[in-house]
Amino acid sequence: MLEIKDLKASINKKAILKGLNLTIKPGELHAIMGPNGSGKSTLANILSGKEGYEISGELNFNGESIKEISVEKRAQKGIFLAFQYPLEIPGVNTNNFLKTSLNSVRKARGEKELDTLSFLKLIKKTSYELGIDEGILSRQLNVGFSGGEKKKNEILQMKILNPKLSILDETDSGLDIDAIKIVAKGVNTLRNDKKSFLIITHYQRLLDYIKPDFVHVLSHGKIVKTGCSELAQELEKTGYKKIN
Amino acid sequence: MKQQTLEKSKEYKYGFVTDIESVKAPKGLNEDVIKFISKIKKEPKWMLDWRLKAFSRIQNMKEPNWQKPKYPKINYQDLYYYSAPKSVKDKPKSLDEVDPKLLETYKKLGIPLKEQEKLSGVAVDAVFDSVSVATTFKDKLTEKGIIFCSISEAIQKYPDLVKKYLGSVIPITDHYFATLNSAVFTDGSFVYVPQGVRCPMELSTYFRINASDTGQFERTLIIADKGSYVSYLEGCTAPMRDENQLHAANVELIALDDAEIKYSTVQNWYPGDKNGKGGIYNFVTKRGACRGKNSKISWTQVETGSAITWKYPSCILQGDNSVGEFYSIAITNNYQKADTGTKMIHLGKNTKSKIISKGISAGYADNTYRGLVDINKKALNSRNFTQCDSLLMGNKCGAHTIPYIKNKNHTSVVEHEATTSKINEEQLYYCNQRGLNQEEAIGLIVNGFCKEVLQQLPMEFAVEAQKLVGISLEGSVG
Repeated sequence: MLEIKDLKASINKKAILKGLNLTIKPGELHAIMGPNGSGKSTLANILSGKEGYEISGELNFNGESIKEISVEKRAQKGIFLAFQYPLEIPGVNTNNFLKTSLNSVRKARGEKELDTLSFLKLIKKTSYELGIDEGILSRQLNVGFSGGEKKKNEILQMKILNPKLSILDETDSGLDIDAIKIVAKGVNTLRNDKKSFLIITHYQRLLDYIKPDFVHVLSHGKIVKTGCSELAQELEKTGYKKIN
Repeated sequence: MKQQTLEKSKEYKYGFVTDIESVKAPKGLNEDVIKFISKIKKEPKWMLDWRLKAFSRIQNMKEPNWQKPKYPKINYQDLYYYSAPKSVKDKPKSLDEVDPKLLETYKKLGIPLKEQEKLSGVAVDAVFDSVSVATTFKDKLTEKGIIFCSISEAIQKYPDLVKKYLGSVIPITDHYFATLNSAVFTDGSFVYVPQGVRCPMELSTYFRINASDTGQFERTLIIADKGSYVSYLEGCTAPMRDENQLHAANVELIALDDAEIKYSTVQNWYPGDKNGKGGIYNFVTKRGACRGKNSKISWTQVETGSAITWKYPSCILQGDNSVGEFYSIAITNNYQKADTGTKMIHLGKNTKSKIISKGISAGYADNTYRGLVDINKKALNSRNFTQCDSLLMGNKCGAHTIPYIKNKNHTSVVEHEATTSKINEEQLYYCNQRGLNQEEAIGLIVNGFCKEVLQQLPMEFAVEAQKLVGISLEGSVG
């Protein structure tokens, strides 16, 4: 699914990723943990195609190099990034945004665009499944949303867009336990042997609800340790210092 | 060369010229030309006298020059003041008599009259260059006693109404361009809605500037008698040109007791090329008088075209409890300039006005909101609410807000809110990550920004305007 080889990235000449290797196979869920400033969010941004980074190394998605591919093309190919800080877009109805988004992804996949009625059915069903209040759908996109509502909205979008690779960038930060359960539910109900996940988190807490296949520790732009879910619990006790 | 032409026409979809032979008055502004126009329109003497009065007046007038966008001096002796498609010298009685080439032009614009007649329920008084070529749905309107025709026809058939109201909102001495229009106006629309009648359909006109070097001087007069209602739509596209073309229309609205007029405009005239060459000068005077008590006039404009847009659709709130509204979207890209806004003159008691202005600048464009709220001494308990929002794209464009507020009594309240924001790279990235391309993302964000105004447009226009908003800003964020 995803193959990262010797990825180096810098921004304004400042090196952030310094030779990162990671392979995620279909059906796998990987968690990345690491201290602040270790390059976790940069990795998420680079995978999504955000501009502004100098990068070298290999970046393959389903056997194809995506290094030169634009953000929207990557999204259309099935890469989804749940933002750490989802953006507010005034005047744009959440429902409408999601429908436009879904239809451009469907179009790129060669699927028929959904009409309003079928879309509304889908979104109603999905928000019910996740236990998300439908009220947010008729509001302006993320405008005046609480931190929790924004994150739930990201998960709802992920569910609707049904991506091949979902990247969650600290989606659990600042969430109460009920909201964390919604995030976990979003991931767990999408999870199957074809879909992959990359979950970036500070805390082991989320991993109580989402069982990762692998846990990586990112430090100073490199993966310094890889293990299974027990590694997360260990980190929670000892902190990152020991690993360095 | 051919390649270049093709690329150009891609930039401006509606840039084409129909080669219909034109009847033209000789170049220049003088009494003979005015007499020529009046004669070709078979006007009565009072109309010619009215024109000549304006003409004599203009000799001592100067063009205003307080506006922000400057433009090269216009040589008024080097313009044609009359040009008409030859094939409609004798007015067609029905669409079948209309020159097929004209119909073809409309088709290119996406407004086939025939289909419109059948499908949309919009009566169209089509202005091609300066002469009305086709008027539809007349029968339905006649049934209700509504008059919807060209102003030339109105001058002949309804002289009393025209005499009473023409120039009653915009006096012929008002200012240079209004006076110029009064002297040489060629055609435009006339609407009269009788007492107590609610106009059953949206009335619509499509303007189109065609013959080269022709100043376009439209004249529109809309009267809503007591207790009546009318909604009027005006939409424009123009062919590609290198020379600057002057457009100085006058639009007068009169609402009597309990009457309401809603006037919506989508303006998409040729804005000039990417380097600011060519494009239309849109110097239009639009003014409405809420003459009766409880009357209401509402202006909605979506301005995306023209090299320079310079206009202030205004309301004179004479009647007690009358209401004036102004909803505006002004988009300027490349080297376009706009200095636009409104004037709300409160004269009657308990009068209310509302101004919502959304200015968007991209490229090297410059966008100014200029608005006057003037609450008279006797306009007790009046209210105004103004909101001006500017959105900037890139760092080479400009946005300015210049409000003039005069409140001359102690019982009235004026509110003014203004914001300036920049389109956010992060917002675009967020949209891109959801699979939207750059153009779709900009369209979405800008349409969100303009939503309050777009909502005011009648349905037929809203969809078109939404598309236009996106198209106008294509390629403006790199």
